[in-house]
Amino acid sequence: MKFTEYLKYLLIGTAFGFVLIKSEVVSWFRIQEMFRFDAFHMYGIIGVAVIVGIISVQIIKRNNMKDASGNPITIPPKDASQVKRYLIGGSMFGLGWALLGACPGPMFALLGSGLTIMVIPILAALAGTYTYGILIEKLPH
Amino acid sequence: MLDFLYQPWPWYVAGPIIGLTVPVLLLVGGKMFGVSANLRHACAACNFGNVEFFNYDWKTAGKWNFTFLAGSVFGGFLGGYVFANPEPIALAQSTIADLQALGIQDFTGLVPDDLFTWSSLGTVPGLIVLILGGFLVGFGARYAGGCTSGHAISGLSDLQLASLIAVIGFFIGGLLMTWFIYPIILS
Repeated sequence: MKFTEYLKYLLIGTAFGFVLIKSEVVSWFRIQEMFRFDAFHMYGIIGVAVIVGIISVQIIKRNNMKDASGNPITIPPKDASQVKRYLIGGSMFGLGWALLGACPGPMFALLGSGLTIMVIPILAALAGTYTYGILIEKLPH
Repeated sequence: MLDFLYQPWPWYVAGPIIGLTVPVLLLVGGKMFGVSANLRHACAACNFGNVEFFNYDWKTAGKWNFTFLAGSVFGGFLGGYVFANPEPIALAQSTIADLQALGIQDFTGLVPDDLFTWSSLGTVPGLIVLILGGFLVGFGARYAGGCTSGHAISGLSDLQLASLIAVIGFFIGGLLMTWFIYPIILS
């Protein structure tokens, strides 16, 4: 990867982290509010993000657009037949999301905002990821 | 203009920007937006136990993702430190009342001091929230093959049924935690 490419990903990531904070998506309070259905805020953000995403992905696919290096853009499909995996794994993720009030992106954006305690859930998330890797053969997928 | 950087952004400003992350990453390098893959790459980078799931070339797969993640930390620094919003979050009154009833006292920042300080690690609720919460996020994201960004944003943007099932799972778990388990943890 060239230096300019690193710079691009760094910039896109910076914009992403900045928006996560400014929209308060990183806030434990906003997540509690969302799961109580007390405000439209989080649903508005996710809903609009998905609509913008759907339209842009359709434009990219229908025009067979290429990326900046000239390679065709391909999106690998996910295997929807593994219902157990998505439902059980997704529910476990949801339990953690509501408990911690942060998903992976916000954990790191919060750390950047000066909330040093986020090191602990980040390490715990790494431990969780590693544990999944160990147990993978024993889990229903 | 500078005011805009300090103020919180409404959903109709933040939503489109977050959504645009998907096509921008595709157009820049054909990359599929997802944050939790970083956790897997980090495990692969220090796979001391030689676990099969983490035996792959993480450098090739993860370079762009780690760079993006470093950017997100820096973006968090800009948004939450340099241009931090001095006002408390304009939460729904009903949420505030609910959380107060559960014993949450600090509503001044993005997260409550009651749970997110180093000293809260010495309390049972703090331990559960920070360690069990983080563990479940990491375990669940990999089990489900993605997190909020990979499934709810990227996967749904590509109309993937698998991602819809995963997002339904996110809400099953989230609602169970919020309505039934959290009140026990905080009591």
